[in-house]
Amino acid sequence: MATIHIDGKSYDADPGKNLLQVSLSLGFDLPYFCWHPALGSVGACRQCAVRQYRNEEDKDGQIVMACMVPAADGTRISIEDEEARQFRKSVIEWLMTNHPHDCPVCDEGGECHLQDMTVMAGHAYRRFRYRKRTFTNQDLGPFINHEMNRCIQCYRCVRYYKDYAGGRDLDAFASHNHVYFGRSVDGTLESEFSGNLVEVCPTGVFTDKTLKHHYTRKWDLQSGPSVCAHCGLGCNTLAGARYGGVRRILNRYNHEVNGYFLCDRGRYGYEFVNRPSRIRHPLLHTDASDTDTLSKPESCSPEEALRQARDRLRNARRVIGIGSPRASLESNYALRAFVGEDYFFNGLPSAESHLVTLAAEILRNGSAETPSLREIEGADAVLVLGEDLTQTAPRMALAVRQSIMRAPEEKARAVGVPPWNDRAVRDVIQAERGPLIVAAVDETRLDDAATSVIYRAPDDIARFGFAVARAINADAPPVEGLSDEETDLVQRTAKTLSAAKYPVVISGVSLGNEAILQASANIAWALDREQKPVGLSFVVPEANSVGIALLDSAPLRGAFELVSSGKADAAIILENDLYRRTHALDVEKFFTGLRTVVALDSLRSPTTDRAHVVFPAGTFAESDGTFVNNEGRAQRFFQVLSPEGDVAESWRWLGRLQSGSAPSDEPRWKNLDEVLDAMAAELPDVAGAKDAAPRADFRVAGARLPRSPRRFSGRTAILANLDVHEPKPPDDPDSPLTFSMEGTAAMPPAALVSHYWAPGWNSVQALNKFQDEVGGANRGGAPGVRLIEPEKPIHSYFTKIPDAFSPHDGKFVVLGLHHIFGSEELSRHAPALAERIPEPYIAIGDADARARGVTEGRELVLRIFGREYKLPACVRPNLPRGVLGVPFGLPGLTGIVFPADGHLLE
Amino acid sequence: MISNIRTLWLVFKHAFRKRVTIQYPEEKAYLAPRYRGRIVLTRDPDGGERCVACYLCAVACPVDCIALDSAEDETGRRYPGMFRINFSRCIYCGFCEEACPTYAIQLVPDVEMAEYNRQNMVYEKEHLLIDGEGKYHGYNYYKVAGLAIGGKGKGEAENEDPPIDPRGLT
Amino acid sequence: MNPAIQSLLLIQGVLVGLLTLAGLLVWIERRLLALWQDRLGPNRCGPFGILIFVADGIKMITKEDWIPPGADKPVFILAPAIIVITALLSFTIIPLAPGIAILDLNIGILFFLALSSMGIYSTVLGGWASNNKYSLLGGLRMSAQMFSYEVFMGLSLMGVVILSGSLNLREIVEAQSGMWFVLPQFAGFLIFMVAGLAETHRLPFDMPEAESELIAGFHTEYSSMKFGMFFVGEYVGLTVISAIIVTLFFGGWQGPFLPPFVWFALKTLFFILFFILLRAALPRPRFDQLLAWGWKFILPLALLNLVVTGAIVLARAG
Repeated sequence: MATIHIDGKSYDADPGKNLLQVSLSLGFDLPYFCWHPALGSVGACRQCAVRQYRNEEDKDGQIVMACMVPAADGTRISIEDEEARQFRKSVIEWLMTNHPHDCPVCDEGGECHLQDMTVMAGHAYRRFRYRKRTFTNQDLGPFINHEMNRCIQCYRCVRYYKDYAGGRDLDAFASHNHVYFGRSVDGTLESEFSGNLVEVCPTGVFTDKTLKHHYTRKWDLQSGPSVCAHCGLGCNTLAGARYGGVRRILNRYNHEVNGYFLCDRGRYGYEFVNRPSRIRHPLLHTDASDTDTLSKPESCSPEEALRQARDRLRNARRVIGIGSPRASLESNYALRAFVGEDYFFNGLPSAESHLVTLAAEILRNGSAETPSLREIEGADAVLVLGEDLTQTAPRMALAVRQSIMRAPEEKARAVGVPPWNDRAVRDVIQAERGPLIVAAVDETRLDDAATSVIYRAPDDIARFGFAVARAINADAPPVEGLSDEETDLVQRTAKTLSAAKYPVVISGVSLGNEAILQASANIAWALDREQKPVGLSFVVPEANSVGIALLDSAPLRGAFELVSSGKADAAIILENDLYRRTHALDVEKFFTGLRTVVALDSLRSPTTDRAHVVFPAGTFAESDGTFVNNEGRAQRFFQVLSPEGDVAESWRWLGRLQSGSAPSDEPRWKNLDEVLDAMAAELPDVAGAKDAAPRADFRVAGARLPRSPRRFSGRTAILANLDVHEPKPPDDPDSPLTFSMEGTAAMPPAALVSHYWAPGWNSVQALNKFQDEVGGANRGGAPGVRLIEPEKPIHSYFTKIPDAFSPHDGKFVVLGLHHIFGSEELSRHAPALAERIPEPYIAIGDADARARGVTEGRELVLRIFGREYKLPACVRPNLPRGVLGVPFGLPGLTGIVFPADGHLLE
Repeated sequence: MISNIRTLWLVFKHAFRKRVTIQYPEEKAYLAPRYRGRIVLTRDPDGGERCVACYLCAVACPVDCIALDSAEDETGRRYPGMFRINFSRCIYCGFCEEACPTYAIQLVPDVEMAEYNRQNMVYEKEHLLIDGEGKYHGYNYYKVAGLAIGGKGKGEAENEDPPIDPRGLT
Repeated sequence: MNPAIQSLLLIQGVLVGLLTLAGLLVWIERRLLALWQDRLGPNRCGPFGILIFVADGIKMITKEDWIPPGADKPVFILAPAIIVITALLSFTIIPLAPGIAILDLNIGILFFLALSSMGIYSTVLGGWASNNKYSLLGGLRMSAQMFSYEVFMGLSLMGVVILSGSLNLREIVEAQSGMWFVLPQFAGFLIFMVAGLAETHRLPFDMPEAESELIAGFHTEYSSMKFGMFFVGEYVGLTVISAIIVTLFFGGWQGPFLPPFVWFALKTLFFILFFILLRAALPRPRFDQLLAWGWKFILPLALLNLVVTGAIVLARAG
């Protein structure tokens, strides 16, 4: 701890930080633009000027940029100094000379860092009488709106886009006051993390284009703490709603998980909530079992639907429940409690179920701890086995991209350059990057950042992994028959990982290969046996994949068998489209064997079309529940808006379904806490989920916490067209939050933060006030509870090493290639995101293509399990021989269980 | 005591003064043009809607009686798709007019808005929008703001240079 | 005519006349206040707006009759009745014209004083029974105010009694055939007028309701016709005080040319209008000033008046 003196008072400060960060952490309001906690300092905007004195006697001092001066012991500065104040005011005035007069039509207005800083610096009247320079805008795709006139040339965008996120197609052009930030030509921004520009840009140059189409000011958005439902990482989000629809997603800072940034799937996937295909009322199918003449579903009252469902289920021989990895832990538990442990199935195909369970098993019983995303960012060596992280767990790819700075940063530190001094660090390290080794079947979006890349078939990736483990620790099982090139890389990788302070091994289930998981576990355990700290992270496909694995239930196959053997004739299907999970024929057979199907879902799907009774389930925005992410962190998401129509959480429907049929009968669960308590009592593995967020009776200073900002407008007019007498705001029995601006303005615990605002700080950067120190941990700790902590026994190695992959003539291994846009079930329905979904294709390696004379774009016919897929070829230079890829989960390609055996027909 | 008697006398003399009462509705009071009465939405000199759906009136409203929802035409010009004022809540404070950056929302000297049914006090955009400029003539927000809309490109607003070519060398 | 029927008719006439007058006073007061405030006052309902009191009555009767949950119900209901009854009873002893009086009571002044003291119960009990702190404060103020002003109200009348040698109002009127008592008893007249105002808690002495401090004082919780009865009681009280002043100090029905009842009515009306003018012109004093003034100034003055009057009468009698 260093002692620094600000305006004559002494404060404790971290000497490893700069003065700007320290001042902000101490609560001083010092304006800044170019600095960002995640991007570091470059001293470009000249906005954070303060006066620094050499010593106690020095009365003159000099003006310095706070962001460029370390908070060394004994530093004396003055923020209030008159000349420094004038300096800051002049800088703003000069930045504003060309700013257009368009705050009223600017989407940033009301949450604009530039507005905040202008007020903070005290510039009020325009003295500049000359003409403003203007720019033309570019079309940057469906996510980002570009309005260059508003630019103040702080360079944050390109520093984020290029230096932080590794993008290549956004840059600064021209010079002096003509500096232009954009692409060389109009076109969609390529980076999967472009949406963060919205939050990084301090003014309205880059704004959210999906928000623009249903624009609402920040102060009018009723927001709730939410968790992204579109992959297994569980990034924390703030969803904002108005007029019954979700209007945008913002990042919610979770120090341990997503930090400051989200991926574009997480940010723009929300619009499925507002789709017309949403189920808003219960549906009844009079005769859904007749596949030929599917009757049209009719909506009915909840009471009628409940009555019908109860009657049908009561008359059934046996009711089975099919859960879902995209439903909350509570909903899955509610179904399990309804049908009984033995008749609850996790809704996954056997292979995926096995892999996810294995992953959870390895993490729970193995000796390697699984790192949070922040810990991955801090790793100084990363090995990725068989995952295209950018497509399967995008935010993790961004974290891995930061890890490559860790080793070079040490070099900069050695010559006296602290890591926050971004420009200087980059000058010291030049092009050097830390170790990142990627083993994949095809090119990944991380290849450009990797120090070594190999492309192999899944089994060969596993063999590579096993070999690395062996090279680290001699007790690990050996691998025979590697090529020299492979052996060389194995040795180098082993050396790099062993030498690192904190290496991280990442693999996942997207290739459907068990051996890859085992190989990565072996590597982590080998490092552990060598007394090295190590992180082992698995990528799982869906928001609650780990959660459902912890519920320990059988895969879909078991359910199919119960029905085909006639033991069961009724099923409740929870937020799961079975046609996406496995072969359509199997699913068809399953439905034909059932006399009663009750489905709960938010969007219409082929599965809900086969159900006799469909209950409208809430999406993440209309539900309270818990997701368990890939590191086993249970995180609570809360309702953002009170649902329209009869929409309710699945667990609530299931609770009602279990009550007696009299209208006065209480549902089995009255609120979320009752479900959580029951679950904790029954299932110790997930008992911790109870503590993921404060309970519904939690109060701050005796008051609830408001979802709406204090300035929420239109309260007495929004519903006045229906009735001039305003209704009472809806009650919320499940959380300490209110559906209004009523409640305390005090700082809530991190799990309940529903908007970032502090006096004088209207932009997202008000977040500074919600952290222990700026850029540091959430006040009161990061939200969520980790359910998985390794027991630290020495685990025996996996020894089943697969044989080297050898291509068969005419027979291919078909892999599902994941796409950030399109492969996920829900986000696919968001219109903006749908524009980025690729056309279906068949990926074929260069060698195979040449052997077969296939050229790019030629129609190929691929037969998998008796079904033929006719798609254009996409020739990939690095795809190994004998391996084909088709995009995972795209319409028309659902229901394939990967890896599949495929035949190319001529 | 004397002053009390004097007061009585002075008050008594008022009996012969001129009455200040105005016999509404037969007689109407003079309302100044800036009187804060019924709220209207105006148009700019070119006949376009002045409102750009910036939500400032709504947030300024102390009784929260203004609700609107923005929409955009194909040229990027923003306007309110829905604009509703619940006059049964309105206190005619004029904050909305003061907050309005485009002179769109104006309070006009009309107070005759009484209704027997409170529901009729809810005005939608069609009831609010007039075909005129109201009190403030000649102002056209988009002629000042540096945003391109239909009929006005970049650099064509007042006090603007033509757009810069970022590929230029100087 | 049978004297019983005769007096019943008289009672009927006085009752109807008084209540109608009380109603009309609502209109008169509002028009007059408007007149002195450069306004018009109610002028829409009926000719010159005279029917406003009918409209007011209808409104009053149709309003929700609310009794607060914590109130002492029987007392709460009884209180407004007391004021109307005592005010009306006070009128029985007033000679309207020679030979026309409901009651020719030989202790007329005592009866009047007794009833006016009774009337206070109405406000005090009403204030107490409402179970409301403002009402209670209003009731307390009323009792303090009455307690103070009642003392010299009686004293101020003693001069008249000495001069006339009777407590009978008819005899007092007759004793003024030569000279109205207002001349020898000017101080007594002033004191009685002040005390009378305080008694009816009219402005400027309406501290018990003082709406700027106590919401509406003792009748804060009253609504509908219960409130209306307080209203009526106030106007009847006003009429009674005016009539008593006329009877005691201004020669009652006596006067040239016009019939005696007309003289009585005109004189009474004059004082009613004068009281309304007081309301229009004078501000409300502070409560402690009101009490101090009563005890420290008017009471000695009343005593002095009594002593001087007594001395003069004794001296004359020789």
